[in-house]
Amino acid sequence: MQNLFHPFVLPFVLGTIILFAICIWKFIRWFRHFDRLQRAILRKNIFSWKIIPALWEAFREGLLHIRISRQNLILGYMHRSIAFGWFLLIVVGFFEAHLTPLNSHPVWLAIFYRFFIHEHHLFASSEVFTFIMDLLLLYVLSGIFIAFCKKIYSKAVGMKKTTKHVLFDHFAKVSLWAIFPLRLLSESLAANVYQNGGFLTQSIGNFFSPWFAETFLTTSWTMYSIALGTFFVALPFSRYMHIFTEIILIYFRQMGVHEHLERTGYTMYELNACSRCGICIDNCPLNKDLNITNVQPVYFLRDLRYKRGTDAVADNCLLCGRCDAACPVNIDLLAIRQQERNKREQDHCDYSYLNNIQPFNAIGRVGFFGGCMSHLTPGITESMKAIFEEVEQKYWFLDEERTICCGRPLMQQGYLEQAAELRRKNSELIKKSKISVLITSCPICYQSFKNEYKLSIPIMHHTEYIMKLLETGKLKLRKDDLRTVYHDPCELGRGCGIYKEPRQILKKATHLVKAKHEKEESICCGINLGDTLIDIRQQTQIRDAAMNNLMYKNPDQICTACPMCKRAFNHATDFPVKDIAEIVRENMIKK
Amino acid sequence: MAVNFGYSISTTRVINFDNCDFNLLHQLEEIVPSYKRCLNCGACTATCSAQQFTKFNIRKIKSLFTSAQYDKLAKELDKCMLCGKCTLVCPRGINLRPAIMNMRKILSNK
Ligand code: SF4
Ligand code: SF4
Ligand code: SF4
Ligand code: SF4
Repeated sequence: MQNLFHPFVLPFVLGTIILFAICIWKFIRWFRHFDRLQRAILRKNIFSWKIIPALWEAFREGLLHIRISRQNLILGYMHRSIAFGWFLLIVVGFFEAHLTPLNSHPVWLAIFYRFFIHEHHLFASSEVFTFIMDLLLLYVLSGIFIAFCKKIYSKAVGMKKTTKHVLFDHFAKVSLWAIFPLRLLSESLAANVYQNGGFLTQSIGNFFSPWFAETFLTTSWTMYSIALGTFFVALPFSRYMHIFTEIILIYFRQMGVHEHLERTGYTMYELNACSRCGICIDNCPLNKDLNITNVQPVYFLRDLRYKRGTDAVADNCLLCGRCDAACPVNIDLLAIRQQERNKREQDHCDYSYLNNIQPFNAIGRVGFFGGCMSHLTPGITESMKAIFEEVEQKYWFLDEERTICCGRPLMQQGYLEQAAELRRKNSELIKKSKISVLITSCPICYQSFKNEYKLSIPIMHHTEYIMKLLETGKLKLRKDDLRTVYHDPCELGRGCGIYKEPRQILKKATHLVKAKHEKEESICCGINLGDTLIDIRQQTQIRDAAMNNLMYKNPDQICTACPMCKRAFNHATDFPVKDIAEIVRENMIKK
Repeated sequence: MAVNFGYSISTTRVINFDNCDFNLLHQLEEIVPSYKRCLNCGACTATCSAQQFTKFNIRKIKSLFTSAQYDKLAKELDKCMLCGKCTLVCPRGINLRPAIMNMRKILSNK
């Protein structure tokens, strides 16, 4: 009978117990902070078929890290080899241990197998297992090697800036990095002594002198066990908490749970699911163009998690959503940023001056809402009027004379009650006017009407409306010879997912050329309402970067679908910048 | 229709700067440094969304704040919809929207 215990297993066993105890305690505590709606959603879906996509996504993202690979192949390989490789080591190790004919199989047997089991051929295909285990160890080690290179020279893995970690994360990382080389050493020493290694461990083991192997065998295994134990204890307090949290988060998300206006237990899952991979850093214009390096989600979430969040960080963000689109964990970064702003003291407002506005009876007409910003770029509103007239569509220009703001600018700064007040006023006017559809030329208003107003009529951005006119043949365009690049406004593209319509329209009216980064990766024009802390000089720096991005293929003109973006670019140069409505107006074939 | 630019003729008055407390102004200028650059052109008022509905003059509020005449300003500022139009038209690139938010905050802490 073999002895399957040695005191050196204790750090590992203890570490594992502490790890699971803390994790379960944390998970339960966060779960208890779910709000009523989130619980109701969970109760409804918990045993539904949605579990299948949840498991699939957990496998793809928790282990294979497909989304990171899409961003960056090397980085994806690094994450995958460590996560998936380690997972397989555990699973294959478990089977190896349990296939071995023994009276008992203590939990640590799979981990320290080669210390305790010395003979090959104890069961069929045991050599295959030895081979696979060595292969997997090599796989994980390759990931650790890349991580090490990334630490020394991040550009080698295609990252300009990597995350600056807190001390505790370094501690956890060092223990994680130590685990696998120590395992290699321990198994190699065991291979030297017991001749039980595979292609890797046996070859390395043969290098050592038998005296050295004998002497340091137990020490090495002890250190391996300590490294494991240390990592497990550090895990729940470090960024590595993301390993388990991400899986649970994916499950909740697939069940339909999402962020609300205030922080809930679900937010705690999101905060802890951030792996601090740092992908959001390179994607943030504040970092790239202004060298502001403490506000990106990786640091923002970390500060919140360790209860060190500040307004200076929460407010310094364009809400452009570029990080959000890139985040491989799909954390709802904008919603969390918004939650922090929503905590702002709600100073009172006084919009009583809006009480006496007379509603207009516009039955049978479509409504057009320019919004505050379209009034700064009259070319847009004029073009829309011309288009309506061309297709003989009766319309009511809601804010031709004066505009009640849609409320989104207030909302973005956390003044929820004030925003609701403005929404009430606008909704009242719209409902009483009995318009059949509401068209707006401002993506900010569009997003606001679509998501915040609970109107019963369809809401359309003017690109959607124009596309519909083209599809139904009411409007026809001729094609000009200009090379046009399209700028995706943040609120329209990443905000509302409208990428297709403007491009389809432009393909009919002109020659569409590509920008360097576009669609989900488009760059904010800089002149926006989300960030109240950067000044005009910094805003123009971001704008210039966005311009450069558009100039990639030397276009003849820039087209956008947002009055703010148009204004931003118009101020930069004499280069022609047009709204899509203006291009359509220029190119429509008059009846 | 008579066009309302949001201006009207102000009554003459004397402000004795020696008796003014510029503390709040200095607080604001610290948070929004661009505030100092105002040339009182009134472009902000002319474009203002709130001004189209009511007597609300953001330029005047600014100049009253600058000369430490804080009375009634807080109530006046409540009319602003924070739409940001004023910030976009300001020829001096003043971050007006944050200035308004901070004026509110400073005045309510007074
Ligand atoms: S927020 Fe997303 S992209 Fe940024 S570090 Fe965390 S996981 Fe990575
Ligand atoms: S929303 Fe934009 S500005 Fe804000 S952190 Fe993300 S990328 Fe940076
Ligand atoms: S537009 Fe700018 S410079 Fe002109 S009055 Fe207003 S804040 Fe001052
Ligand atoms: S932000 Fe306020 S002051 Fe400025 S234009 Fe809008 S309503 Fe007027």
